[in-house]
Amino acid sequence: MTTGLLFALTGVVLFAAGAAALLLVDHLLRRVLAFNIMGSGACLVLVGLAQRNGVPDPVPQAMVLTGIVVAVAATGLALALIRRLHAQTGATTLPRDGADND
Amino acid sequence: MIEHLTHLALPLLILLPLTSAALAFALGPGRGASLVIASSALQLLLALLLAATIGSAGPSHHAAGGWGAPLGIDLVADGLAAAMLLLTQGVALALFVFARGYFHQDSQDADHWAPAGRYFWPLASFLVAGMNALYLSEDIFNLYVTLELVGLAAVGLVASGGGATQTAAALRYLFAAILGSGAYLLGVALLYGSYGSVSIAALTPAIAASAPAVTTVALVAALLMVTGLLIKSALFPFHFWLPPAHGGSPAPVSALLSALVVKASIYLVLRLWLGPLQPLLAPFAWLPAILGASAILWGSWQAIRAERLKLLVAYSTVAQLGYLFIALPLAAASTTGVAPVAIVTLQAVAHGLAKAAMFAAAGIILHATGRDRVSDVAGIAERLPLTLFTFALAGVSLMGLPPSGGFLAKWLLIDLALAQGQWWLVAVIIAGGLLAAVYIFRVLRQAFLNLPEAEIEAEHQKARVVPRSAEWAAFALAASSILLGIFGGVPLLQLVGGSV
Repeated sequence: MTTGLLFALTGVVLFAAGAAALLLVDHLLRRVLAFNIMGSGACLVLVGLAQRNGVPDPVPQAMVLTGIVVAVAATGLALALIRRLHAQTGATTLPRDGADND
Repeated sequence: MIEHLTHLALPLLILLPLTSAALAFALGPGRGASLVIASSALQLLLALLLAATIGSAGPSHHAAGGWGAPLGIDLVADGLAAAMLLLTQGVALALFVFARGYFHQDSQDADHWAPAGRYFWPLASFLVAGMNALYLSEDIFNLYVTLELVGLAAVGLVASGGGATQTAAALRYLFAAILGSGAYLLGVALLYGSYGSVSIAALTPAIAASAPAVTTVALVAALLMVTGLLIKSALFPFHFWLPPAHGGSPAPVSALLSALVVKASIYLVLRLWLGPLQPLLAPFAWLPAILGASAILWGSWQAIRAERLKLLVAYSTVAQLGYLFIALPLAAASTTGVAPVAIVTLQAVAHGLAKAAMFAAAGIILHATGRDRVSDVAGIAERLPLTLFTFALAGVSLMGLPPSGGFLAKWLLIDLALAQGQWWLVAVIIAGGLLAAVYIFRVLRQAFLNLPEAEIEAEHQKARVVPRSAEWAAFALAASSILLGIFGGVPLLQLVGGSV
């Protein structure tokens, strides 16, 4: 097994763990952590798989930098919204009956 | 001169809204609104120019900053992209005119804006910039970035209402969007690992060449990308985030989200599914069609049951989006006649215009009555005749009655399904139209009720009149969804036909 493949497999595991937590966990801060882990997993796959014969490919590294910027922006927005929800309702989880209450 | 401007149209369609978004934030809502409206009028002209050029001279290319693929970013516009750009600029311009009147109504003087109106202009302009960049992107990674731009701006708009319900809806939407784009990004990573490119133009032949012996990795990648996009498109059963986000926002925001934002990810599903991913996903073509058919029936049923007016309109979006997916297996099998992609685009444009008009009209009605239940629209026919007419016209297109754009799209869809012997799809399309009639006439029936105290109430509510400009902007959208069926259908079908 090459190093690149090891990175990629780790990335897939991280992605799956993050996605599962994003779906299953209630606490909002944990869900923010979850999607960050998920994003890191995807980036690890991108960088890991693109190493061919031990020579790293520079293009996905540039992509991962972009991905990190996107993740920071999304995290910032999520944290701002969570703070506002906490200030408005005191809750740290989303209300249960959000989807279908008409 | 014109030729030079056409060449610049691609970058300008991204740069103009980006610049006006930043300036609108600095200038504040009053002058910011004028700037954003002026900018989107200019963008509409550019999109028209671009569509005319593409119609006569084929797809248009631009290498951003002089750097082409593989290191740089290529911008490409074909007929399909041009049609979506036209829809985006046209609906955005009308909605911005509507929003200026809508947000301005509460304020006594020019400097006082409701909180929702203060951040609307920069966020909405960022949203348009993101969507334009999405339609013009040619590589699957840049598409990921533009998807995130659209998603983050849209979440900001949902939250701009300010209330706790809106914050919760925005968070729910944000988590769904991030899950969707995360799955898409992992798919991109796997595809890059398999084929060493993110350019759609390079991936299409590479995947087709490897088609007989498809690797599991490539298949998983394709499924991840499409699943992620379907979550963002709110296809049944991934629609859970849409009704609270679209139904709970201020009216201009709901209209932007329902008419334009969901179309962006659906456009990507179509473009990728019928483009590079076709050899990988061909066996799964029936899955989105079945989900689309379920969306039509389930969304319509929920709209019939909904007690709040805006929630009714939001569930109608869930239903109408289903039509965009049922054509997918037909598109893969079709060889003659009108291109299925063109029919889907026609439905997307017709729904975009009609739904923007309907959300705008619902917003005006809610503002005038001050309450949001369907039963509260009683007596509206006398007080807001123009707005009710707007709602009804938009309803005509959603139901698919002639001569609307919605009629033309659904008629062509039925024609296509019949040509391939898919009777059950014909049944679903007709049932969807009938169910739409039920939920739209639910509102219209209430509107024409003449309550004894209606006049007293009208007197009481006189202070809360929406500016005429907002009413006319909504009417213009509804009228164009009808005119699309009479005048716009053929040019649009010709523009899009054969571009994927």
